[in-house]
Formats: sequence, structure tokens, C-alpha cells
Amino acid sequence: MCLGVPGKIVSVEGTLATVDFWGVKREVRLDIVDEPVAPGDYIMNHVGFAIRRIPPDQIDETLALYDELLKAMSEDDLMAADVRGEINATEEKKRG
Amino acid sequence: MAEPRADTLRFQDPATARRMADALARAVGEIGRAPVSVMHVCGSHEQAIAKYGLRAVFPRGLNVIMGPGCPVCVTDLPEVDEAVALAGQGVRIFTYGDMLRVPGTVKSLADAQAEGAKIDVVYSVGHAVQLARKSADECVFFASGFETTAVATAAVILASPPANFSVLSAHKYIPPVMEIVAEMPETRVEGFLAAGHAATITGWGIFERFVERHSLPVVVAGFEPLDILAGLLTLVELVRDGRAEVFNAYPRCVTREGNRRAQEVLWKVFKPTGGRWRGIAHVPNGNLRLRDEFASVDARRRFTIDLTKLWDYAPPSLAQSCVCGDIMAGIASPTDCPLFGRECVPDNPVGACMVSTEGTCRIWHQYGGHLNLGEENR
Ligand code: SF4
Repeated sequence: MCLGVPGKIVSVEGTLATVDFWGVKREVRLDIVDEPVAPGDYIMNHVGFAIRRIPPDQIDETLALYDELLKAMSEDDLMAADVRGEINATEEKKRG
Repeated sequence: MAEPRADTLRFQDPATARRMADALARAVGEIGRAPVSVMHVCGSHEQAIAKYGLRAVFPRGLNVIMGPGCPVCVTDLPEVDEAVALAGQGVRIFTYGDMLRVPGTVKSLADAQAEGAKIDVVYSVGHAVQLARKSADECVFFASGFETTAVATAAVILASPPANFSVLSAHKYIPPVMEIVAEMPETRVEGFLAAGHAATITGWGIFERFVERHSLPVVVAGFEPLDILAGLLTLVELVRDGRAEVFNAYPRCVTREGNRRAQEVLWKVFKPTGGRWRGIAHVPNGNLRLRDEFASVDARRRFTIDLTKLWDYAPPSLAQSCVCGDIMAGIASPTDCPLFGRECVPDNPVGACMVSTEGTCRIWHQYGGHLNLGEENR
């Protein structure tokens, strides 16, 4: 019931979009999506409603976060502290 | 960059998962005591953990507890009773599939359906409205789920539903129950993994006050295996370093502010009120109820719901030994329940935790009542 599933927008008609979920097409309402969406965009679906347009660059960002975390763990402590500091700085920028 | 589809596959890369698990083991080791207990508050996290066998890669010494994150499991008996009573009064009920078999005080909606009541399962509140438009009956949507699902209900209420449509809200709001669990003296939770989709709506900023008040770290995580492992790794690091902070490990969906538009819609329609969560406690501000302006679509105000007729029966006795509440509070496991896998099975559930696909007992049963590696060290 509460799994958010990402899908690609095929077409938009008013507050209704046709969305491709890994080959299955479904209608999704756009009443509460955070930003205007267009065909080709990826959205996060929740119980038939788009709740978020997923910016492609943020997918990259997440992967980068994993890489940094792993790097931080495999280096010796000083290095780890350094990298962790950097992640925190980036995060702080994002938070601020 | 490549298509996000390819990236999503990368979120499940086994080699990375293994390395991440090693890193997690090292971080738990560095804490130097066991078990380290953290709690997630989301049925989807538990499903993904079970589905991908993540518990098998969690290090010994890390105890990942499933908190009150299954909306079906925390729906209180009288809330189910209200829907059953309405169905008995001839009203057509729409509900999410999971709610059908949840036992009420006397019976479930499935029992009522077998007795001839008009009950339809829908996958979306939008679907319920479509069906209501075609129906000559009074139609009530029995609305369950947390804030993420409540927003969808709110959007439908604001989009002029047909005159025969109303809502029986059993919606619940997660942040207040985290306070309750954090304050329970028996729980030894040292950090929370927060649900990515709820935070997509509310934003991660909502956890800042919680972190301050309880000095416990909160990490917002997504639902792919790597999302969960990365979230746990960050959480354990924060525990190790004694840093009570909010960390967003799901930046592709969650921002500090969240989805403002969705929040406006949610709070325009709903107000938080105190209410019981099944098995847990009375949770101040834990229930979402319709505001007075929407009385005309509020089933509680539109109908006189007669529960006394139902309550002439005695409550089923087996259910009294159900320990779902303790499981959700993090102080018991399904295997602590004498009914688990015996009197209580998915085909014949005693407690709500065995009904819902997001319930801990159901998930443990489905995936072989597997052992919690974190508990072996106790
Ligand atoms: S096994 Fe059944 S009765 Fe026991 S705690 Fe789980 S749901 Fe409740």
C-alpha cells in the first residue's frame, strides 16, 4: 500500500497523466505533484498520485553519496574523516 | 548520464551491497557493544529487507527493529468496527485490499462482505471516486494509511467528488508516534530510519525538532536495497560518533522542505487529533481527521454509526494474547508470540500484523520466520 513506484510520463492531459511503469501503463493523477511535469519526466507514484518529479541529476547525486560513503569506510581513519567532512559540508550546503 | 532505468538497477547491485554490508559490520564493530538497536518506521522498508534477504547480511550485533510503520496494523479495532457498522447499514464501502481482513472487535470487512455487505477493494482513492460516480448507493471510502496516502485522499476531497461520496478517515500521522516510541522506557532504540516517501511529502526538516528533543539520530532512506543499506550505514555511524542529527540518504526524492503543494492540500483537509493506535498507545496528534469545513464528506458526521449493535458480542479471546503492539514498540519479536505460526497464520490471522503484507508477523511468516541475526548476541 505504501510503496512509492517510479515511472516515466508518456502523456499529460490536464491533471491526469499516462505513466509507463516498467512496461505497464497506468493513469496517475497530478493534483499534488511538486512541480509541473512533461512527457519524458520520471515521477514517484503513490497510490495513483504523483508525489514527486524526480530530477535526473539527483539520481546521480545518490550514487555519488554511496561512493563517498564506501570510500570513507575503506580508507584509513584520517582520510575517512576528511571525506566524511566533505560529505557533511556538501550536505550542510544542501540543508542551508 | 544513462537512463534512470539503468541507474535503478545499480541501486540493487549485489557487489556494492556486499561492500556496504562489510562497511556496516565495521561500523557496528567500532561501537564496541552489542546489540546496537535501530528502528525503522515503515512497512515498505521491512518488505524490502525481507524480499532482498537483507537481514542475512546485517552484521551480528545490529538489531533492526520494525516499528509502528504498518498503517493497517495500527488501525484501531473501533475504526474497523465503524466501517463494518456502516456496511451493515447498507452503505457501499471502498477500501484498500489490506484492510479487508483486519479483525475488528467482532468481525472484519471480509466477514461483513461474506454476509452480503457491499464492499469493494480499490487500489487508489481516485478509483473509489470513479466507482462512486457510477453507483446509486451512498459510498464511503474507508481511508487508511499514513500522511503519504492521506494526501491522495485530501486531493480527491478537494476535487469535487460526487454527492454520494464520503470518507471514513483512519489516516495516521507518523512523526507523533516516533515521539511515543522514543519515550517508552522499555525501548532501547538508538536511532530511527525514516521512510523516504513520507519524507518526500513532509520534508526531512520535520525531524529536526525530534532529534533535538530526544538526542537520537534520524536518517531518511529510500526503498531499494542499497538505499536501505546506505541509510543504515549512515545511521550506525551517527550512533557510533554520538551525533544526534538528521541525515537525508534519499536526496533523489526528499528535500528539506518536502512537497509544499502536497502539505497545503493535506493540512487544508485534515487536522491532527489524538487517538489510539492499535497495540501501541494513545498517540497525541497521531490521527488525521477531516476539518469542520469538510463535514459533508466526513462519514462520521454524515451518518449515525451505530456501534452498540456490534458490541453486543464479546470480543474474540485469542486476540487478547496478540503482542503486535510490543513488536511494533520494538520490545518483542513475532517468535515471542505463542500464536505465531500456530493459531495465527496469514490464512487465519488473529492480529493485524499477520494480515497486512506490511505487517511484521506476516512478513516473517512469509519469509520463513527467519532468524533475526541481531538478536543472537543477546
Ligand atoms: S503472530 Fe498473530 S497474534 Fe501473535 S503477535 Fe503476530 S499478529 Fe499478533
